[in-house]
Amino acid sequence: MKNHYQLLVIGGGPAGLAAATVASAEGISCAVLDEQATPGGQIYRAIESIPEQRGKQLGSEYLRGKTIASEFRASDAEFYAETKVWSLNSEREVGVIRSNEADIISADQIIVASGAMERPIPFPGWTLPGVMQAGAGQILFKSAGIVPDNGVVLAGSGPLLLLLAWQYLHAGVEVKALLDVTPLSNHITALPKFPRALLAHQYLIKGIGYQIELKRAGIPMLFGVSDLRAEGEELCQRVCFKHSGKQKTIESELLLTHFGVIPHIWLTQSAGCKHQWDESQQCWRPEHDEWGNTDLPGILVAGDGAGINGARSAEHAGRLAGLEALFALGAISREERDRKAVKDRKWVRDERHIRPFLEKYYQIPKDMLATSDDKTIVCRCEEITAGEVRQAVREGHDNTNQVKFFTRCGMGPCQGRQCSNAVAHIVADEGGMPVEKMGHYRGRPPVTPLTLEQLAGLNKEDVL
Amino acid sequence: MNSDALIVGGGLMGSSIALQLAMRGCKCTVVEKASPGRHSSGVSAGGLRLLNRDPAEIPLSVEASKMWRDIASLVDSDCDARFPGQIRVAENKADMEKLEKRAALVRSLGYGHEEIIDRKELYQLVPALAPHCVGALINRTDGYARPYHALTAFRRKAESLGVEYHSSTEVFNFEKQGNDWQVRTSKRTFSSSVLVNCAGAWANKLSTLLNEPVPLTAKALALMVTERLPHFVDPVMGAASRKLSFKQMQNGTLIIGGALQAKLDFEREKTELDWTQLAKSAETVVSFFPQLKDVRVVRAWAGIESFMPDNIPVISQSQTDSNAYHAFGFSAHGFQLSPVIGKVMSQLILDGCSEIPLDAFHINRFNQ
Repeated sequence: MKNHYQLLVIGGGPAGLAAATVASAEGISCAVLDEQATPGGQIYRAIESIPEQRGKQLGSEYLRGKTIASEFRASDAEFYAETKVWSLNSEREVGVIRSNEADIISADQIIVASGAMERPIPFPGWTLPGVMQAGAGQILFKSAGIVPDNGVVLAGSGPLLLLLAWQYLHAGVEVKALLDVTPLSNHITALPKFPRALLAHQYLIKGIGYQIELKRAGIPMLFGVSDLRAEGEELCQRVCFKHSGKQKTIESELLLTHFGVIPHIWLTQSAGCKHQWDESQQCWRPEHDEWGNTDLPGILVAGDGAGINGARSAEHAGRLAGLEALFALGAISREERDRKAVKDRKWVRDERHIRPFLEKYYQIPKDMLATSDDKTIVCRCEEITAGEVRQAVREGHDNTNQVKFFTRCGMGPCQGRQCSNAVAHIVADEGGMPVEKMGHYRGRPPVTPLTLEQLAGLNKEDVL
Repeated sequence: MNSDALIVGGGLMGSSIALQLAMRGCKCTVVEKASPGRHSSGVSAGGLRLLNRDPAEIPLSVEASKMWRDIASLVDSDCDARFPGQIRVAENKADMEKLEKRAALVRSLGYGHEEIIDRKELYQLVPALAPHCVGALINRTDGYARPYHALTAFRRKAESLGVEYHSSTEVFNFEKQGNDWQVRTSKRTFSSSVLVNCAGAWANKLSTLLNEPVPLTAKALALMVTERLPHFVDPVMGAASRKLSFKQMQNGTLIIGGALQAKLDFEREKTELDWTQLAKSAETVVSFFPQLKDVRVVRAWAGIESFMPDNIPVISQSQTDSNAYHAFGFSAHGFQLSPVIGKVMSQLILDGCSEIPLDAFHINRFNQ
């Protein structure tokens, strides 16, 4: 690894790989940094080594990743696997950890393609062993072929839940139920967005196809579920909820939940990029133009880390950011950039067609974003409950950061990833203010923890 | 609405002064341009250190030390204060001589709180310390508290006595009309008999408006905190000849500081960490406690603080208007002094003099 590149791409998912592939074709020095052992990101995890059978179970959208990864491998871009990025600043200095050693490298242009993370939603019992996020289930399946052997309840909202149910069905897993917590009223509020979604009918057809297969297989799919709880002594034993006005219980030691995904903004936040609240996607995201430029010169964003638009859109946005970086580096002219970008610009717009509908249809209800159950832990690291957060607001700590100062929520090793949104929603709810006014936790690097020895190692060169 | 005193700056100093004035029956208003404790008060390391104070500060710090011991009687909360002592470790003979000199100086001023301890006692107090150290200077009554909790306690108590806080209220300018100050802010104009400048890193703006500018520098100092660890060290640790400030908090996390400078864009109020500075600090910590090498740093941050060229604060009446007062420039060691600053400032404002002499802190020391 050199200590300076013309272009550094952080994240080896579809956006990052596409960006690096297009950019490295022009002879610039370019490297991709990723935590995983091979390219693909979360969506195409283990794509280069997936056994044929498991690949089929994961579906055709997953297998698309093969082309993206092989095109990237054929390019001149360097790939640094198992490399964690622990900081990014406005001067485009990037803190990395590789082979247990920390280093700081820099670049003229940086594309942050950090992807998405599952939206953490605290609900009663979510911290019990046996309650996990659906993404964890997918990671185990993709990377090691591990699936639940004693049945599973899936609960939450969003297309991934449906996809995972379908994948599990094909892998022979007993799906005891699929509980959809989006209010039935969403079906009506989403209707005005439906005509545009028809322009992306391939996604709708796919979604309906999954549902039909699940129904045929006899998997109970309950819509309009509320009051979701996991219960049990020491570990999850049953899933309780309300449906059609009745209390129901399903015995299960495994509950996988999914409440949509949100951009992974910890790096752009650490760099000091401007972020905005996206009401439709119910998340914060970095402000950017259609090329991915943030408000900080030389720092671009692409893919779901810039706002949730899915894997295919990420690929196009990645190429646009790659072209923009080349233009900024003087490697191509403005005309060349624009000419090469025509198709991707159109495709990025096309990929948006389905989104407004999905965002409305799968909108998470307010009472799940800000739990009313005072005993539910919201900050798992520091074990701070929703009640303590609400109490702090009542005592006059009226924004997210003051509540953090006072209660220590968000100050543990996960650095607030798990509770940032929930705390903002609870503070907003208790204070009767819109969530965008409450703010996000201020970024406190390192973005991922590093040890004192690794940190001390940054000074090695000075000693030598 | 007319106040007896308008305090600019809602940090610990402003809150402490407002509290003491309110206890003596004054009607006080605090205006804060961000939120209370947004800068140095909120991001402080929370050290309660009388050890190694500038001689001029010792009388104030001794009184502050007494006040912290019984802080709940003042603010109805113990502010999570603990008193395991603070020590400065000597790593060699030269260090030890330096510390002995210091102890002699403090004794010559008539104080006995700084004691030399030998190697044996040092390792009894801190068994986890690397074996190369030879002794230390200690103040057994020092400790630490939780800064934001302290700030909240001071503020709550002040509010309970009628002090009004106005957040997101930035002072633009002020002028005298008759006997009263008219203070124009981003929210509205306030009227007050007395004006108190506790604006921290922004204090020079106010003193300049009073025609007495000061050579104040705003700097950003960084701290880092680790994951929680089993309890292994009691006293707050410093070193005789290396930059180190290190303590294990009640919850097991380590707070590591020691005058580590971060980059500061003062106009935009933006700080950026300088990792090479933090790396040096990490190296120092690991050399004193090698067993900590695999401990993970989970957060680092920098806060904006005011520094005076002589590293001691301005605590004084204005030279240009007898109804204006200053308390700022604490140069990154104001936290411990905060209770006593409220006390002496209220005396200065209401009685014309304080029980502890403040001559060394007069603003006139910066006159050309």
